[in-house]
Amino acid sequence: MEVSLTVNGRNVSSDVEPRTLLVHLLREDLDLTGTHVGCESGYCGACTVHLDGKPVKSCTMLAVQAEGADITTIEGLANGELHAVQEGFWERHGLQCGYCTPGMIMSAAGMLAENDSPSEGEIKHGIEGNLCRCTGYHNIVKAIEYAAAKMRGDEPAEPEWEVSS
Amino acid sequence: MLSGFELDLPDTLVGVLDLIADGRGTPAVPLAGGTSLIVDMRARRTMPNAVVWLGKIPELRGIQVTQDHVRLGPCTTVSDILNSDELAGSGVSLVRAAEAFGGQMVRNAATVAGNIACNSPASDLVPPLMALDAEVILESRSGSRTVALDRYFTGYKEDVRRTDELITGISWKRQEESSVDLFHKLARRKGDAITVVGVAVNMAVSDGTCMRARIALGAVAPTVLRAKRAESMLEGETLTPGLIEAAARQATEEASPIDDVRASATYRRHGIQVLTARLLTQAWGRLT
Ligand SMILES: Cc1cc2nc3c(=O)[nH]c(=O)nc-3n(C[C@H](O)[C@H](O)[C@H](O)COP(=O)(O)OP(=O)(O)OC[C@H]3O[C@@H](n4cnc5c(N)ncnc54)[C@H](O)[C@@H]3O)c2cc1C
Ligand code: FES
Ligand code: FES
Repeated sequence: MEVSLTVNGRNVSSDVEPRTLLVHLLREDLDLTGTHVGCESGYCGACTVHLDGKPVKSCTMLAVQAEGADITTIEGLANGELHAVQEGFWERHGLQCGYCTPGMIMSAAGMLAENDSPSEGEIKHGIEGNLCRCTGYHNIVKAIEYAAAKMRGDEPAEPEWEVSS
Repeated sequence: MLSGFELDLPDTLVGVLDLIADGRGTPAVPLAGGTSLIVDMRARRTMPNAVVWLGKIPELRGIQVTQDHVRLGPCTTVSDILNSDELAGSGVSLVRAAEAFGGQMVRNAATVAGNIACNSPASDLVPPLMALDAEVILESRSGSRTVALDRYFTGYKEDVRRTDELITGISWKRQEESSVDLFHKLARRKGDAITVVGVAVNMAVSDGTCMRARIALGAVAPTVLRAKRAESMLEGETLTPGLIEAAARQATEEASPIDDVRASATYRRHGIQVLTARLLTQAWGRLT
């Protein structure tokens, strides 16, 4: 089946089988391997992309369900310079192995688009659907707080390692 | 990789009804948000030969609130429910369930009809809808019928829907001013976790008497169910702490929870007792 969609601002078409998942269209046909596959079962969130601006898990969608949609992947988030969330993960050490990171960043960016002043609890609610096996989440929350401050035009809080002692 | 199937993406309801009736020689299975069906197909728990996607028909999605009814289109997503100002006034318990549902990515995709039709005792939208006396509208090529949600499930993973029928709406009467509907989900963690015990309560009070009591329980029996004997202990009565405790205990008797990886049956029974009593107390307190 033919599917046409916009991916990171570019119009693309591909001939896919009905059973092709969106994540496989992105990774295998379009070579956008920044979107990861952790579980391929809807649980881990590594495959999160934006569909018409909203975060979804691209492993629980058929590619053809994205017909006509506007998809943003981690590769399309930066706009010349890093997106505030990407900068936050860099500045506040929001990753270790990096496997969950693209999905985490897409979820966080989706959440911040709706609410640029989230509380710590709201940040945790926003990344409920993303599992991380390394970080313990602490620095991920700090990275998102950094990004939120940047997006509001505020000065991000000092990193904890500067503040303590 | 999923095993192969034929896929259709009709843009009319009639197109869908034709395909689920016999379509191309084999009845097609409806696909909505895919958060349950695609996961099941991936795990080979189900391997349909033909699938029909409902997402090309915008009329199937949306929330209509009229003077005395609320109607949800089958493809209304959990996020639509969560972000609806109208539901905040006529179905708060459903909004609470939407809030406790999955993570944001699942909420953006998952639909209300999919939540009902996947027939899970842990479907979170079902207890509040059942406590609101919601009805399910089923349509096929041969006509339509309306079934009370309370009568929809017939056993574990079994329901009254024929495979040629599509859920085309979920509706309930708007609640009177003097009523309260509440929901609480108990799970291993707050976010994105399968429910261990879900309790929805809906109560109407007039002149210090409980006129209507509904108690719907999730994840504690083969299907979501109403604790009808507990409800009838409350209707027509002035509630006291003792009566609320007794009704909550009765509710635990009406459930048949199991031991599984998430919790023991004993814990679940305790959860029903505590949450039912808590929600009944809150509802009564707000209405008197
Ligand atoms: C990570 C994760 C977290 C989850 N968290 C929760 C949670 O917190 N609470 C919860 O209740 N569930 C949860 N679920 C389960 C699932 O998301 C829900 O049950 C969801 O509502 C299913 O809706 P859907 O639109 O995705 O259905 P689909 O997967 O598209 O379909 C599910 C079933 O319904 C049928 N169907 C769909 N639409 C219709 C229709 N109109 N008429 C007849 N049949 C129809 C399909 O044929 C299929 O059998 C979770 C799932 C995942 C993967
Ligand atoms: S790969 Fe999609 S949720 Fe894990
Ligand atoms: S950084 Fe390794 S899984 Fe999150």
